[in-house]
Amino acid sequence: MSGTGNTVGTRGLVLNEPLIFGQGSPGRVGYSLPPSDVPEKKAEALIPRRLLRDGIPGLPEVSEVDVIRHYTRISQWNYCVDLGFYPLGSCTMKYNPRINEDMARLPGFAKAHPYQPEELSQGALQLMWELEQYLADVSGLDRVTLQPSAGAHGELTGLMMIRAYHTSRGNPRSKVLIPDSAHGTNPATSALCGYRVVPVKEGPRGVVEAKAVAEVMDEEVAAIMVTNPNTLGLFEENIVDVAKIVHAKGGQVYCDGANLNSVMGISRPGDWGVDVIQINLHKTFSQPHGGGGPGAGPVALRKHLAPFMPFPTVEKKGNRFVLDYQRPKSIGKVRAFAASFGVLVRSYTYIRSMGAAGLRRAAEVAILNANYILSQLKGVYHLPYDRHCMHECVFSDALQARNDIHTLDIAKRLIDYGFHPPTIYFPLIVKGALMIEPTETESKETLDQFIAAMRRIAQEAQENPEMLRLAPHNPRVTRMNETKAAREPKLRWQPGR
Amino acid sequence: MRYIPNTDADCRAMLQAIGVRSVEELFGDIPPAVRLKRPLKVPPAMSEPEVGRHLRALAAQNADADRYSMFLGAGCYNHFSPAIINHLVLRGEFLTPYTPYQPEVSQGTLQALYEYQSLVCLLTAMEVSNASMYEGASATAEAVLMAQRVTGRNEVVLARAVHPEYRTVTRTYASQLGISFREVPFTEAGVTDPTQVRKALGEKVACLVVQSPNFFGGIEDLPQLAEAAHAVGALLVVAVAEPVALGLLKPPGECGADIVTAEGAGLGTGLNYGGPAVGFFATREKFIRHMPGRLVGQTVDREGRTGYVLTLATREQHIRREKATSNICTSESLIANMSGMYMVTMGPQGLREVALLNLRKAAYAKEQLAKIRGCSLRFTGPTFNEFVLRTKRKPGEVLTGLLKRQIIGGLDLGRFYPELKDCLLVCVTEQNSRTEIDALAKALGGGR
Repeated sequence: MSGTGNTVGTRGLVLNEPLIFGQGSPGRVGYSLPPSDVPEKKAEALIPRRLLRDGIPGLPEVSEVDVIRHYTRISQWNYCVDLGFYPLGSCTMKYNPRINEDMARLPGFAKAHPYQPEELSQGALQLMWELEQYLADVSGLDRVTLQPSAGAHGELTGLMMIRAYHTSRGNPRSKVLIPDSAHGTNPATSALCGYRVVPVKEGPRGVVEAKAVAEVMDEEVAAIMVTNPNTLGLFEENIVDVAKIVHAKGGQVYCDGANLNSVMGISRPGDWGVDVIQINLHKTFSQPHGGGGPGAGPVALRKHLAPFMPFPTVEKKGNRFVLDYQRPKSIGKVRAFAASFGVLVRSYTYIRSMGAAGLRRAAEVAILNANYILSQLKGVYHLPYDRHCMHECVFSDALQARNDIHTLDIAKRLIDYGFHPPTIYFPLIVKGALMIEPTETESKETLDQFIAAMRRIAQEAQENPEMLRLAPHNPRVTRMNETKAAREPKLRWQPGR
Repeated sequence: MRYIPNTDADCRAMLQAIGVRSVEELFGDIPPAVRLKRPLKVPPAMSEPEVGRHLRALAAQNADADRYSMFLGAGCYNHFSPAIINHLVLRGEFLTPYTPYQPEVSQGTLQALYEYQSLVCLLTAMEVSNASMYEGASATAEAVLMAQRVTGRNEVVLARAVHPEYRTVTRTYASQLGISFREVPFTEAGVTDPTQVRKALGEKVACLVVQSPNFFGGIEDLPQLAEAAHAVGALLVVAVAEPVALGLLKPPGECGADIVTAEGAGLGTGLNYGGPAVGFFATREKFIRHMPGRLVGQTVDREGRTGYVLTLATREQHIRREKATSNICTSESLIANMSGMYMVTMGPQGLREVALLNLRKAAYAKEQLAKIRGCSLRFTGPTFNEFVLRTKRKPGEVLTGLLKRQIIGGLDLGRFYPELKDCLLVCVTEQNSRTEIDALAKALGGGR
């Protein structure tokens, strides 16, 4: 009934493993530290007794073996890119090269201190400076701040710079235009920057129309935030005209660069008229997602916004690289120290390994892979916008809904077949959306297996809908009671409970 | 290209199946005028051995804590990380999944994060922790925004002994939200002045922000500060830039803190020239719905088996959009889990022992350095693993002199505090041997 035939989903030996709390026994240790080589003064002799703690009750006492087993066992309950196809739309789940990990761990990078003298940090600064040049050229813009730690952090930085720019010209303005298909971070970021969100509806072709922007554009609009390619996987074909309309009234064009992977080396945001774009290094530039970070969200910008960049910036003076903290118009800082440097090392290594031609090839193959899936599943699943796509294709559950099978059921059943589900129920403008982004690091065979599984599921939706509603059947656990989790929040283990 | 499996033949077969002749046809929507007609200005691809050689050459130009005696802390601390932590986070199952949106196939990350949340609560003695923020400074900024939401007040009192960059980040984050700041000075003991705090506090104040150990290594009297804040209905936000101290110090949760943030990179991750890092964020249960960031909760599956999910998402941007408690999406799961692994590996005994080593070594260094002619301790109060040394010679010159002996001697405080321009901030951790400390003392004393 729940069999998955000749696809990759199966069950290996997966071990149960309880929480770490309550494991081990008193006196068991997993660490090793040298004995003190200085006088062993009592803590009370150095710090007033009332500011000291007695212990940390509840912390487990386990051996090194216990720790390895615990985390190895639970790790095996995760699906991941290393295991197989992870077509999570808008997340660009490409392969994460291992050489990048090795490079980030070189002592000269991993054991360097952010405040050590510049003359003893030239390698790190050179890497950052070069990375800025590469990202500037990929985006077609003038400068890049490497400081933000994630995409949404980059959005915040970018929008703050836009606000500072407008403020310097006498009026910060009050509104930001955001298409309905945008990521939730865009409106949340606008609110953090003190802006009111004005939604813009997409036209019938799934892209923003110049006319719609012109209707709402006025001199109180600070910026438009547009994702391009957008979350339907479509290139915003009117972006050049949209940018002109926004610029004519003094507004700025912010591009959410979450989907940059499909245009790098092919077309550049700066050439579209974009003034600011954040670049998610954990999407386009292969930083591993780590189960939700660390990432980095450098922000590329046009010259006129450069005075507002967070400090420090990396500058080249002759043959030396320096950190410039003297930036009187800067918005300030969005994190301590210069950047999430280890992430930058990985992306730099990736860029040097790919080269100019490799980056463009990655974009092309990402587009090809997405369109291949689109062409093979069209008709089997409803395609709300029937045209070629860029890096991802968006289907819906409209055909399966006739059998009362919905996106969630399809997604969960994919797990049985050995695939991570696509992004589901997003973008919000497509009811029951299934957003599939294969990336360039998947082979045709993998795509064919995925396509076969999706077709089987469409068939199962007609023949055996009840089984789909109970999917997934293979994992160690099945669908979770999310209502219970939210109604009776249990957010931690507690001693004695 | 080894990361792109499809060959030209594979691509041709796919193009044929799609019914187009070239990839260009697929991106026909890109107006020809804005297509790039030249290769990117990125050097040609390097092979794996070449790229390794190139990166090693760059790395070799940097000083590092293996080759130098590192006495620099200031918010980024050189601590030992057990080997197993690096090995565990390199497992693809932890390294390469996305945020755990599909709980059935993400139980590893989810359980590890649930344990992390629990561990943060135990370490800080707070009631609830989120699943991580970017790093300590922005977590502190988010704490201030949360205090504004909780209290509906718009004034913030910031201790000047809080890390200067944490203060800058907090002001940057708050710049558009109508929050005004007042900074309170430190005393000759090197801690926040309680009299000035009381003066600055009032009924419009959302929170008091302090750091303990503070930027100078000084241990703040948190119970006293909490009392002062609570007396006017303000929250106490405690930033902990050096959580190793919590192996010994009374945890902020037992001192009346309402929100605790911390920089967790020192717990297992390391320096990395400042990042990646992880921001701990913990608070009281009654404030859960005001919290920023992801939360992992325990529940059951359809068969009644225990499992974990992301929960209370109605606070978050993907549901609430412009009404969300924060715009954060990707946070620092892997680094959070590294700090969880560190806490578990060290256990209660190890966390105490490593904190004691830091305290004792710093105390020894303090004693030795204070004896040197032309050097004296700037402050009188108790410290953890950092302290402020006043030097007769210009601190910049002192530090440059030390470099010749492979010693990175600390931070020139004039960089952040004009009034301390004759001072060095010196940090001593379990990584510094007595021999290193003696060498530092000798070098400072002008000995050979």
